[in-house]
Amino acid sequence: MSQKFRLTDGGRIDRDQPVRFTYRGKRYKGFKGDTLASAMLANGQNLVGRSFKYGRPRGIMAAGADEPNAILQLGATEATQVPNVRATQQEVFEGLVSDPVAGWPSVDFDLKSIAGTLGGKLMPVGFYYKTFMWPAKLWMTYEKFIRKAAGLGRSPLENDPDQYDKMNQYCDLLVVGAGPAGLMAALTAAKAGRRVILADEQAEMGGSLLSSDQQIDGQPAMQWAESVLADLSAMANVTLLPRATATGYHDHNFVTVVERRTEHLADQAPKGQVRNRLHRVRAGQVMLCTGAHERPLVYGNNDLPGCMVAGAVSTYIHRYAVRPGQVLALCTANDYGYQAAIDWHRAGGQVSVICDTRDNPTGELFQQAKALGISIKTGHGIVDVIGSKSVRGVVIAELADQGRRARPRTENVVADCVATSGGFSPVVHLSAHLGQKPIWNPDVLGFVPNPDCGLLSAGGVQGHYELDAVLSGATQAVAAAFDCSPIAVPAVATRHIDAPMGMFLIPHPAGTSQAPKQFVDYQNDVTASGIQLACREGFESIEHVKRYTALGFGTDQGKLSNINGVAIAAQAQGKSIADTGTTMFRPNYTPVAFGAVVGRDVGELFDPKRYTAMQPWHQANGAAFEDVGQWKRPWYFPKAGESMHDAVNREAKAVRTSVGILDASTLGKIDVQGPGAREFMNRVYTNGWAKLDVGKCRYGLMCGEDGMLFDDGVTACLGDNHFLMTTTTGGAARVYEWLELWAQTEWPDLEVYFNTVTDHWATCTISGPNARKVLEKVTDLDVSNEHFKFMDWKAAEVAGVPGRIFRISFTGETSFEINVPAHYGLHVWQALIDAGQEYDITPYGTETMHVLRAEKGFIIAGQDTDGSVHPYDLGMGWAVGMKKPFSFIGKRGMQRQDCVRENRKQLVGLKTKDPKFVLEEGAQAVFDTQAQIPMPMVGHVTSSYWSPNCERSIAMGVIKGGLTRMGESVFFPQKDGRVIEAEICSPVFFDPEGERQNG
Amino acid sequence: MQRYSGFGLVKHALDHHENWQRIWRNPKPKDHYDVIIVGGGGHGLATAYYLAKEHGITNVAVIEKGFLGGGNTGRNTTIVRSNYLWDEAAHLYEHAMKLWEGLSQDLNYNVMFSQRGVLNLGHNLQDMRDIQRRVNANRLNGIDSEVLDTQGVQEIVPHMDCSPNTRYPVLGASWQPRAGVARHDAVAWGFARAADAMGVDLIQQTEVVDLIVEDGGIVGVETKQHGTIKAGKVGCVVAGNSGVLAKMGGFRLPLESHPLQALVSEPIKPILDTVVMSNAVHGYVSQSDKGDLVIGAGIDGYNGYGQRGSYPTIEHTLQAIVELFPIFSRVRMNRQWGGIVDTCPDACPILSKTPVENLFFNCGWGTGGFKATPGSGHVFAASLAKGEMHPLAAPFSIDRFHTGALVDEHGAAGVAH
Amino acid sequence: MLHIYCPYCEEHREEEEFHAKGEAHIARPADPDNTTDTEWGDYLYFRKNPRGLHHEMWVHALGCRKFFNVTRHTVTYEILETYKMGEQPTQGADA
Repeated sequence: MSQKFRLTDGGRIDRDQPVRFTYRGKRYKGFKGDTLASAMLANGQNLVGRSFKYGRPRGIMAAGADEPNAILQLGATEATQVPNVRATQQEVFEGLVSDPVAGWPSVDFDLKSIAGTLGGKLMPVGFYYKTFMWPAKLWMTYEKFIRKAAGLGRSPLENDPDQYDKMNQYCDLLVVGAGPAGLMAALTAAKAGRRVILADEQAEMGGSLLSSDQQIDGQPAMQWAESVLADLSAMANVTLLPRATATGYHDHNFVTVVERRTEHLADQAPKGQVRNRLHRVRAGQVMLCTGAHERPLVYGNNDLPGCMVAGAVSTYIHRYAVRPGQVLALCTANDYGYQAAIDWHRAGGQVSVICDTRDNPTGELFQQAKALGISIKTGHGIVDVIGSKSVRGVVIAELADQGRRARPRTENVVADCVATSGGFSPVVHLSAHLGQKPIWNPDVLGFVPNPDCGLLSAGGVQGHYELDAVLSGATQAVAAAFDCSPIAVPAVATRHIDAPMGMFLIPHPAGTSQAPKQFVDYQNDVTASGIQLACREGFESIEHVKRYTALGFGTDQGKLSNINGVAIAAQAQGKSIADTGTTMFRPNYTPVAFGAVVGRDVGELFDPKRYTAMQPWHQANGAAFEDVGQWKRPWYFPKAGESMHDAVNREAKAVRTSVGILDASTLGKIDVQGPGAREFMNRVYTNGWAKLDVGKCRYGLMCGEDGMLFDDGVTACLGDNHFLMTTTTGGAARVYEWLELWAQTEWPDLEVYFNTVTDHWATCTISGPNARKVLEKVTDLDVSNEHFKFMDWKAAEVAGVPGRIFRISFTGETSFEINVPAHYGLHVWQALIDAGQEYDITPYGTETMHVLRAEKGFIIAGQDTDGSVHPYDLGMGWAVGMKKPFSFIGKRGMQRQDCVRENRKQLVGLKTKDPKFVLEEGAQAVFDTQAQIPMPMVGHVTSSYWSPNCERSIAMGVIKGGLTRMGESVFFPQKDGRVIEAEICSPVFFDPEGERQNG
Repeated sequence: MQRYSGFGLVKHALDHHENWQRIWRNPKPKDHYDVIIVGGGGHGLATAYYLAKEHGITNVAVIEKGFLGGGNTGRNTTIVRSNYLWDEAAHLYEHAMKLWEGLSQDLNYNVMFSQRGVLNLGHNLQDMRDIQRRVNANRLNGIDSEVLDTQGVQEIVPHMDCSPNTRYPVLGASWQPRAGVARHDAVAWGFARAADAMGVDLIQQTEVVDLIVEDGGIVGVETKQHGTIKAGKVGCVVAGNSGVLAKMGGFRLPLESHPLQALVSEPIKPILDTVVMSNAVHGYVSQSDKGDLVIGAGIDGYNGYGQRGSYPTIEHTLQAIVELFPIFSRVRMNRQWGGIVDTCPDACPILSKTPVENLFFNCGWGTGGFKATPGSGHVFAASLAKGEMHPLAAPFSIDRFHTGALVDEHGAAGVAH
Repeated sequence: MLHIYCPYCEEHREEEEFHAKGEAHIARPADPDNTTDTEWGDYLYFRKNPRGLHHEMWVHALGCRKFFNVTRHTVTYEILETYKMGEQPTQGADA
C-alpha cells in the first residue's frame, strides 16, 4: 500500500473516493476529506521545505491555520499558480499539483543549508544591519543576492482566469468558529429568533470535536455536533458558511469573511462559479468561538521534520487516520498533551517516552497514559532532537529550579516523531484588530480577549478547555447579550485537570547561547538565542524584539511562536509576561487573495466608463478617445492616413473657415432654482449676477475661500429664480457638493435647490462662420445676429426636438451650443451633420477645442491653473466684482498678503522666437540662462500648440510678474542643452478684437 | 560605540554572541537638558543625532511615549524620492536624498537604502503635463528625473499591464533612478544608536503630558513617568500627535490627523525591481528584500488617531494594484495596518518656530515624511542650535498659512508619496 | 468601515455612502473684509484636530445629499450622536 502511514480504519476521510495529487513531480494518492498535509503524511512525505535563513529541512508541524512550515506552491498551469498555500488547510483534489517553495537546487539538498551550517554563527539576529556596508556602492549587489534568497512561492506570470465576488451581509449575531462553543452560541441565538451567520474556516464544521474522542449526551461528540448543524441548517434565520474565514474585525462590527468556494475542487473555478466570495458582514454582535492553538515547546533542533504540535498528532490520527510515525516521544507541560500519546498508542504506535515538565501530575489523562503502560518521566524535558533530515531520537534531561535549568546528565531515547504541548494560545486575533490589546491570564497561561474589545467570546478563546464549561459559557454569553434564554447544556463528563506549567523554552544543559538551535518562529528562523541577543542589545519593547528578530512576521503571523517569543523575551529581561505584553494582531487572520479583496472591480469594471449619447457616431467615425475623469471624450477624428497632428490642423482650420461640430455633453450641468438662487450665484462666483436678465448667459469664475480658482463655466439665466450652471467636465461632482455645502451649512436662509442635469442633456456645439447657416436649416428659430445675440440663449426646437440653444463661444467663432434631452442627442447630432454637409461640417475633438481656445487665450481650469492661481494672476480681474455687497467666496482669500504681492506668477502668452518651435507643456522658464543649477525658475508653460490658423506655435504660461513684462524675453533650457527664447505677449493670438464671435 | 564590521561579526560568533554591547543605553532622565526632542521617531532621532554631530550639542534628551521608531517611522512604505515640483520642497527633499546616499556609512548601521528607482505613472493627458512640468523643474533643480513613455515604463516593469486595454492605460511616467526604499526600523535604530553614542539620552516609555511655559517661553516638559524635565529649547517631532502637543503650548496648528493604511502580501520571489506609484488609480507598490509586496493605500477622509482606517480604502487600493498588475490577483495579502498622518493643507511640512519662545515644531509631513528623515533632522537640528530656521526650513513656517504663501504640492503629489 | 446614522434618512448606512467634511461648527466670519490675515488664515486652515471627541461634518453624498454633524471619538471611532445642521451637540467639550 502506498499510503504506508495511513491507518487501516477510522478518520473522516472517504476511502471510496481516492484522489491523485502531485508533489515535487511525483504522483501520490490520498482520499477525499484529506488535506494536502494529511495526504502527504500518509505517504511519508514530510520534507515540505527549507528554512528562510539557514536552509534547514522542515516538516509539517500542525494541522491547521497555525502551520508555519508546510507552505507550498500550488497550480497545474501558469495562470493558476498560487504561492504560499498552507498544506494543512488545502483540501486535496484530483489533479492537484504542488511543489515546495524553497530549496536550491532542491528541497532534498539546499546549498543554503551548507551556508547555514558553516555560516550560521555569522548570521546572528540583525546581522544584516551590521554588515554589507563596505564598500558602500556594493550594497545594491549584496541586495540582489539577499532578495534572491528570500521570498517563498512565486507569483503567476499569467492573468488570473477566475472571478471573485462580494456579498454585503447583515445579521444580529456573527459567530466565528463552529466548534462546540460556536455551535452552542449559534443555536442559542437562532432559537431566540435572531439572524445568525455561523462561519468556520474548515470544510467541515465541528472544530475540536472533529478530532475528539469525548462524548456528549452519551454519544460521540460529532453526533451531537451533526444534530445541531442539522437543526441550524433547517432554520431560515441561520446562514452557515463553511470554508469561510473571518479575516478582519473592523469598526462598528464590520467583519470580512472570506469564503473559499472552489479551491477544494480544482485549480481553476468551475465555469460559472467564483473562486472566493468576500462577505462584508455588518453584525449586531460578533462572537469569537475561535478556540485556541496549541503551543509547541521550544527545544534544541525542534525544527527537524517529525517534530509536531501534540494536538496535531491527535488530529491526524482521529480525523485523517494518519499516524505520522512508528515511535513517538512526547513532552508536555500540561494534562492535554497526554492525549496525543494516548491516541498514538491506541492507533497501534509505540510511545517511547512522555516527558512532563511538571513534577507531580495527577490528572485523568496522566492516569490514562500511565494505565496504558507508557513510560512517563516527570520533571523532565526534551532538550534536543537527533537526526539530520528526520527525527531519529530525542535527548531528554531532568529539569531543576522549577524548570529554569536542565541537569547536565542527558539520556537519548528513540523516536521518529516528537510531539510537544506547552499549553494553548487562545485565538484572540480578531479581538485585537481595533487596537484592544489582549490580557495575560496567568491561570490559563494565555492571552485572552480584552474585555473592552467589543466582541462576545466563549470557549477556548477565553481559556476554557473543558467541554462542560465551553458549552455552558457559550449559551450564557449569547443569552446575556441578547436578553434571551440560554438553551439546555448537553451532558458532558467532567474531568480532573491539573494546572498547567508555564513552560515555554525547555532549558538546555549548555545554556541557550550554546545550545543547538532552538526555534521559536520557524518561518523566519528566529531562535531563542536570537531573542535573548536582541534583549541583550537593548531591544526591550516586545515590538522592538519582533521587528529586530522578525518574530511573528511570517505568513502564519506567529500563531505558534508569538507567545513563546514573548515569554523568552520576558524571561531575558526579568519581566513578567503580562508586563511584556503581545505585539499587535492585524488583519488578516490568514492571508487573502488580492482577487478576493478586489472582487469584480477590475478590468472593465475597475471604474465606470461614461459615454455621451453620441458615442455610436464617434465610434463609427473613427474617433480617438481621451480619458477625462470617467468620461471617454473624442480626442480627434483622424481620416485615413492622417496623423494626430494632421487631423487637428484640419479640424482647427475647418472651424475658422467654415463650421465644426463638437460633442460638449460632458460639461457639468447643474440646475439651480429658488428665490435665493440669484443671490447664491453672487456669493459663489467672483463676478456679479444681480443684473443678468432672463435669456442671458454669463461666464463665471469660482474660487475657494483661499481665493484660488477651482472651476469656471457659463451660467444661463433661465428664469428670475432659475439658472443653469455649467462646470468643467472633471469638476462637476466637486462643484455640485460645494454648492450644497454652502447652501446647507452656511446660508440655510437662502432658499435654493440644486440638481445635477449633466446626463439629462446632450450638447452639440457648432462653431464657425457657417454655423448659423447650419443651424438655420434645423430650426425655425430666428437665429440672426439681430435676434439672437452673443451670450443669449433661447428655447427652440432643433431637428424636431425641443431644446435650448446657447450662443456662447469657446472658439472665438460664431458659435451655438445646442442642448437637447440626452435621448435625442444622437438624432440631433446626425441632423446637424447632415445639415452641415454642404459646408463640409467637421467634427472635432478635445485637442482641436484646446487649440482653438488657446488661440483665443481662453483658460482651462486645471491645466492653466493649479490651485495656486487667483483670477488676478490670470489677468481676469474683469471677472471679479470687488464692489459686490456680499463678500463672495474667495474675495478675502485673494487679498491676503502673499496674494497681492508683486511678482506673482501671472498668465501670459508666449511666442517662441522660432515660430516653428512648439514649446513642451510643462517647460520651465528662466530669465537668467547663465545661472548655475539649481536655476531660479520663474514659471512654466501651461498650454502649447501648433496653431494652424496663426501658422506658428502658440503657448500660454505663468511667468513671474508676467503681466508687467510684455515684450520681454523668457528662456526655456531644454534637456538637450538648447535654450529656447520666447517673447511674453498677450495670450490672445487670434482675432484680438473678438469680432468673430459677435458676427 | 562598538563599531560594526565583518571582523567584529566573526569575533562575536566565537563568543557565541554573548558579548554584543547594548545598542543604546536606557538612562534615567536628568533634571535639565539643553534641548529636549519630544518624539523618538526617525525625524526626532535624526534631529538629536545631528544636534550632537554637527553642532556639538550633546546634552540632549529624546523623549518617546512608546518605543523608538514605533510610530509612522515603523509603519510607512519606506519610499524615498526627491522629485518634488516646487523649489522649496524639492530642495528640502533633495537635501535629504544626499544624506540618504551616505547614511549607512555615516551611522555605521546598514539602513539598506536601495536606490532602485521610483516611477510615478501618468494615466491621462493632464497627468502627463504635470509629469513633464515636474521633471523639467527637477532637472533645473539638479534632481535626476526623466519622462518615460509607455514603452519605457514597460521595460522597467515588465510585469505591469501597460497595454492600451486597461481602464486607464499607462501613458508614461516620471522616473527618478536615485530614488528607492530603505529599511524603516533600521533608520530609527541607526540614528538612535549613533545619537546615544554621542551622549544623547533616549528616554522611552515616557509620555509628555504638558509643555511648561513661563513668560512666553518654554522651560521644560512635564512627563507622566518622570515628572518635570527642564530644557533650554524644546523641539516637538510627534507627527500625528502634533495637534495634541500644540494644544499644551496654547496654540493650534493647521493640521488634521488622518488614518493612512498600508498592507503587505505574503513574501514571493523577486518580481518587481522598482517602486511604482500611481496617483490617478491610487496605489503604490514595491517589493521588500524579504519578498513582500509593500502597498500603500490612500488616506481616509475622516480625522483619526486610531492607527487604523476603513476597509473600502484597502479594497480600492488593491483594485488599483490588480488593475496595474493583473498577475497579482492570486497573490495573497498578509497584513494591513495604519498610521496617523498629520496633514497640512498644502501637503508640505511645518518646520517652524511657534508663538512660544524656544519651542519649535517639526510636523505636518502627512503621507510623505519617511523620505525626508535625515534632511528633516539635519535642518531642524540646525534651526534648534541657532535659534533661527535653517534656510531650507524657512519656507515651511506656520506663518505661511496666514500670509497665504503656501507651497502647494497637492497638484503635483496627490495622495501618493 | 464606519456605520453612520443619517439624521435625515433616519437609518444607519455604510460609510461608503458618505464623505467626511472635517471639523463642524466653523462659522464663516460675518464680515470677511474686515478680518486680518491672521483671522482669515485661522478660519481657513487651523483646526482643533482633537484626540478624543470630535464634532465633525459629514455629507450623505450617495444618499440624501444632506450635510449633518457627528460627534465621534477620534481614537475609538465610536459615534456618540449625529445631528442635523443648525443643531447643537449634546456630547463633548463644546456640548
